[in-house]
Amino acid sequence: MKRHIVATALLALATSWGSITGARAQSDTLFLSTQLRPVDETTLFRSLVLNAAPQKVTYAVEEPAAFTVRVEAETKAGKRTVSLLGALHGEIQPLVATSLDPVDDLVAAARAAGIPDNLITLGKLGTEKQQYIPWMQATYVMAAKKEALQYLPASADLNALTYAQLREWAANIQAKTGKRALGFPAGPKGLMPRFFQGYLYPSFTGGVVSTFKSAEAEAMWAEFKALWAHVNPGSTNYDFMQEALLAGDVMIAFDHVARLKDALIAAPNDYVTFPAPAGPKGRGYMPVVAGLAIAKDAPNRPGAVATINHLLSAKTQTTVAANLGFFPVMKADLPPDLPGGIKLLVEGVAKTQGAKDALVSLLPIGLGAKGGEFNKVYMDTFQRIVLRNEDIKTALAAQANALKAIIEDTKAPCWSPDKASSGPCPIQ
Amino acid sequence: MNARRLLYITGVVALIAWIIVPIYLIALGAFSGRAGVFRWPKSLWPGDATFAAMQVFLQVEGVWKAALNSVIVAGLCMLFSVLLGAPAGYALARFSFRGQTAYRLLIVLTRAFPLAILALPLTVNFIRVGLYDTTLGVALVHTALAFPFAALVSSSLFMGIPRELEEAAWVFGCSRFQAFMKVVLPLALPGLAATAIFAFVISWNEVFAAAVLTVRERTLTAYLLTVLSESPLHFRFAGGFLLIVPSVLFIFAVRKYLFAMWGISNR
Amino acid sequence: MTNSRLLPYLLVAPSVVFLGLLFVVPLVQTIVIAFTDQGGASLAHFRKMAGDLNFGLSLRNTFLLVAVVIPLQIGLALAMAVMLQKLEKGRDLVLWIWTIPLGVSDLAAGLVWLAILQDRGYLNSALFALGLIDGPTNWLSYENPTTLFIGIVLAEIWRATAIVLVILVAGFQLIPKEYNEAAEVFGATGWTRFRKITLPLLKPSLQSALILRTVLAFEVFAVVYALGGRNYPVLVGEAYTWMRDSQNDGVAAAYAILIMVISLAATLLYIRLLRTKPETQA
Repeated sequence: MKRHIVATALLALATSWGSITGARAQSDTLFLSTQLRPVDETTLFRSLVLNAAPQKVTYAVEEPAAFTVRVEAETKAGKRTVSLLGALHGEIQPLVATSLDPVDDLVAAARAAGIPDNLITLGKLGTEKQQYIPWMQATYVMAAKKEALQYLPASADLNALTYAQLREWAANIQAKTGKRALGFPAGPKGLMPRFFQGYLYPSFTGGVVSTFKSAEAEAMWAEFKALWAHVNPGSTNYDFMQEALLAGDVMIAFDHVARLKDALIAAPNDYVTFPAPAGPKGRGYMPVVAGLAIAKDAPNRPGAVATINHLLSAKTQTTVAANLGFFPVMKADLPPDLPGGIKLLVEGVAKTQGAKDALVSLLPIGLGAKGGEFNKVYMDTFQRIVLRNEDIKTALAAQANALKAIIEDTKAPCWSPDKASSGPCPIQ
Repeated sequence: MNARRLLYITGVVALIAWIIVPIYLIALGAFSGRAGVFRWPKSLWPGDATFAAMQVFLQVEGVWKAALNSVIVAGLCMLFSVLLGAPAGYALARFSFRGQTAYRLLIVLTRAFPLAILALPLTVNFIRVGLYDTTLGVALVHTALAFPFAALVSSSLFMGIPRELEEAAWVFGCSRFQAFMKVVLPLALPGLAATAIFAFVISWNEVFAAAVLTVRERTLTAYLLTVLSESPLHFRFAGGFLLIVPSVLFIFAVRKYLFAMWGISNR
Repeated sequence: MTNSRLLPYLLVAPSVVFLGLLFVVPLVQTIVIAFTDQGGASLAHFRKMAGDLNFGLSLRNTFLLVAVVIPLQIGLALAMAVMLQKLEKGRDLVLWIWTIPLGVSDLAAGLVWLAILQDRGYLNSALFALGLIDGPTNWLSYENPTTLFIGIVLAEIWRATAIVLVILVAGFQLIPKEYNEAAEVFGATGWTRFRKITLPLLKPSLQSALILRTVLAFEVFAVVYALGGRNYPVLVGEAYTWMRDSQNDGVAAAYAILIMVISLAATLLYIRLLRTKPETQA
């Protein structure tokens, strides 16, 4: 009798366990992301967005390095736990070859949601298939403390600044206050490479790869080095400019909107936002896209699809914009009562996109796993020329070889603003 | 003599301050909120304390489960490290055997190779054998990290215990095992406790393996520290402080085992 | 007799199996990655490493840091251990406080010292209050490599001396008091006793402490990055950067192997220099 009871209990336990785990595998979508990692943002995203999703979604965040390791390891071991992936364009890129399940079936829905075609095409990552669906947008802007405006050169228009005027402005501040008040996110986790690729190079040379060691590029580095004399030397430690602004270390800063947000939200009345400066070839700017991809052999593809659809709804997109500062991937009316800091960001982005001389640079396409080394080329060039005082021509020639090796390895054709090429993007 | 005594006391106090002051300052940062973190010049005394940042951490979904996982992982790591480390240490201390140097090198090798670089093959292997996303799996990796400490520290412990004591016990008819249990172990116990405490602390503070090898079964450290580097500064202080507190309290709670070792040198 | 010859092997066997499965297997897999390129055996990753902008600098920086930090830590830990021995009251409490950094992760330690040393940190606030500086001063920028280095050394000493201390304390407790008492009877001064009795008897503990600390010092990373950013490249930092930012596992593995070789060489050196034969034990 006793034994019988035990056996029944065990059986009941086993079946209920089975049903628990089984049910969990079906109802729960594991969503692994490199975005919205700061605790406060993760918490907001879970409570405001995912709790309203049609199915239960478990949102786990991961640093980009661990993200790649995990997804690749699951692929190699042939056992998938993650269904939905959320990451930046550049972070999804290395996974294309091994770990993604193309989402061509979702393109129609993405179009219907109002995502423009050029953005959708970006999600192909230079392949034939749709690798990710655009999720959120952002870009880079400049922010300045209002107290810095008194030093702005008289001839300069804040919303149509040139690099020469920015230098004059920073030099004025230094002359009057003794402070080097301009800051860039050139720390180990800062997004400085994107400044070179999306802003400096296009503005001065009209290209990123093909013009890498052109005469214009030489002039550009000379000018940037002169500008650097007025840049706060703490810049090589800054990962997020919001902290340098909040601390008062710098008064003018360039960074990704999400990395300026805290400062602007903390004191919206103290700041102005404006587009990055222009050079001889225009006002370079780079839209940033975070995408949603489905992992190969996802345990819950339907759940991932449902979650993507939920995230693309206009309501979700505006909620994210109003609370987290990432912008909708489609045209959507943001609520008029945005918090002051977010409003500043929206203004900065609008001014950037609407600038007459705006010159759009796309994120690198077709570099696969070499995207990281591509960034390194620009950072190494910066270190050599600006921080270590190496001869500009020599440094550019040496780094051009590294760049050439990457391009030839991946056979990546030029992407905008470089002129389209039939083969691998040539370096002049 | 008095001047020397003064010098000596000053030294002790100065070294106490050297350790305590930075801890005090991070606590100050943790409780001073967004405004306080960026104030200049900063006050070195606590002003208006706020628990806001700390609260955000404590309310993050799943934080208590993560804390429980951390305790489980650290506990297992402690157990495994001593079980593997003490015999290894004893062998290194009492015997000269062929391959001893190679074995020592193997032990050190474990710490000489940056773990993060091993993450990819390790994760693949763990998924294959079903240890992925389990507390046991993380505990095993942490044991690999703690083992060199356990083995080397216990070996120097056993070396310091005269082998004559043990041999005397043999003479009185104890078996090797009995002699170890009755004579050597009691002497070595405080030191072994110290290695266990190391293991606990190493495991508690380890981020990378804990983050890569788990998704649902996160440890507290993986839960908090991975997001620390990119959260606003006052959150970072709060998170950093929150992680320091339990391990410091743990060391305090077990300090008897760690440090009651002075008495026995009167033997 | 066979029993006692086999015994050491039986004792180490579980750990060998454990380390073999958990560590050696992925290690070998990683070494394979480092030595292959596009499917064939190759030294390409090592050549790329050696040709890298930061290679020489990070090698130099790492050795400099190890050479400065380790002797300071050993000296400080020895001093602390001696002080503890003389302490009559509150030994537990003092030792507990001195070992608090054991419980502080290196990420948190980096944070602590960043809070102290940054432009508007607590150090500058204190210096400002004393009238020693006029305003925020950046000690950690690439323009001040000396103060940056001192900052990193301070943080490392704060963070990682406790482990040396605990190992040495564990060693101290095993030195029979009679030795010192006997020496005192024969009129030896404190310094002589320390040099002739304590230090030699402490050799096994010193060896363990040196090996562990040196190996760990070659792995310093979090604190250096928190304080120095890109300004003070070290080997492990470069390995992580190659893996994390440049996404090139091959070069990262090459760096890791280099670090391992250096650490092993240091370990062998210590084993040789501080040789303690089991038979000649006290």
